Amino acid sequence: MSVRHALLALLSEGPKYGLQLRQEFESRTGEVWPLNVGQVYTTLQRLERDGLVESDGSDGPQNVFSITPAGSKELATWLRTPPEVVPPPRDELVIKVLVATRVPGVDVPELLQVHRRHLVEAMQEYTHLKGDMPADDVELGLVVDSELFRLEAIVRWIDAADARLKRIPSRAGGAPTPAPRRRPRLGVRR
Amino acid sequence: MLEMRQVSKVYGSGAAEVHALREVDLSVRAGELVAVMGPSGSGKSTLLTIAGTLEEPTGGEVLIGDRDVARLSRNDRARLRRRSIGYVFQEFNLIPGLSAVENVALPLELDGVRVRPARSAALAALARLGLADGVDRYPDELSGGESQRVAIARAVVGERHLLLADEPTGALDSVNGEAVMRLLRSACRDGVAGVVVTHDAQLASWADRVVFLRDGRVVDQTAPRPGPESLLARGAMS
Repeated sequence: MSVRHALLALLSEGPKYGLQLRQEFESRTGEVWPLNVGQVYTTLQRLERDGLVESDGSDGPQNVFSITPAGSKELATWLRTPPEVVPPPRDELVIKVLVATRVPGVDVPELLQVHRRHLVEAMQEYTHLKGDMPADDVELGLVVDSELFRLEAIVRWIDAADARLKRIPSRAGGAPTPAPRRRPRLGVRR
Repeated sequence: MLEMRQVSKVYGSGAAEVHALREVDLSVRAGELVAVMGPSGSGKSTLLTIAGTLEEPTGGEVLIGDRDVARLSRNDRARLRRRSIGYVFQEFNLIPGLSAVENVALPLELDGVRVRPARSAALAALARLGLADGVDRYPDELSGGESQRVAIARAVVGERHLLLADEPTGALDSVNGEAVMRLLRSACRDGVAGVVVTHDAQLASWADRVVFLRDGRVVDQTAPRPGPESLLARGAMS
């Protein structure tokens, strides 16, 4: 998400001061994305240059900004544009596990458990944060849920890797493996 | 509150011998919610039925509130189950012919409490779980989330000290599942010792401590949790 589009979203509710935009930005993102006031004014200047917002021409903090029709159109387009869904360029955990299955003497299930524990501990922190927050704090709830689902997906991959390796015991102990066969290339992970 | 020492369970014998649990140590304090996490066949459900005195271990000791379960008579063990231990299952296990409040009052009445005080205690338990209305509805008139709340009320009614749950959110969507975990967590904060067994990391992450079970052994557990401040200070969500 860009600061640019977040500011357009806030201005779609009505004209606002720069300082007010900064405070509302932080509270709407569950206060997990701190923003300095300089970033807010620089972004507003660029939006004004591009004709997406306009100011009332006052000086400094008294300057009130409003969204233009072009700005509203830009915001509507951005909200409906799907983010890119591509695998990360290099997934470190996948690489570590692939390497581990070929390093002699490595106990792969134990290695998977180290990563599983680390992830579950992170999930506990987020879940308890969610459990302690007021039920009406929707913004923080959405951010925490998103992080929990992301971490859970990794734990599920670890569980699946564990089960897959258990079916082939020789690979769970980091034993030497037969020469690799040619197989189709997957994705763009380089 | 719950102490399992070197608990083992073997089913069958000879070539058909299955080691469901191997020298498991687990202790859960009053006020603590512990999740036992592991894949299917890791021994989770066996651990829970032994902790709940529904099954006897082949080796080791189980202490509930400092009482060695193996030394109790059959009757004393049944009384311990009725009075001190609450169970929550994935499938709710409510009795169809009884209303919500009658389901919750049942364990008290079986324990000799008169109908009127049992009903009052059941109504109070249901109100604590946000089900003050519709207490006279029957299980087939309740949604999944409501049914599980009735089951939790039944598990915590009276003077229960130990709450045991087997995949309690398995039949619910994520919003109702979260509500159930909030209730279990809050019951534990009120002084009950809780054990939840699950394969689900989201569910386990509600616990104060997560114990990992693999092939009948405890292989690992999570560290005590730091406060939420550390999470935000790290900027982990930016």
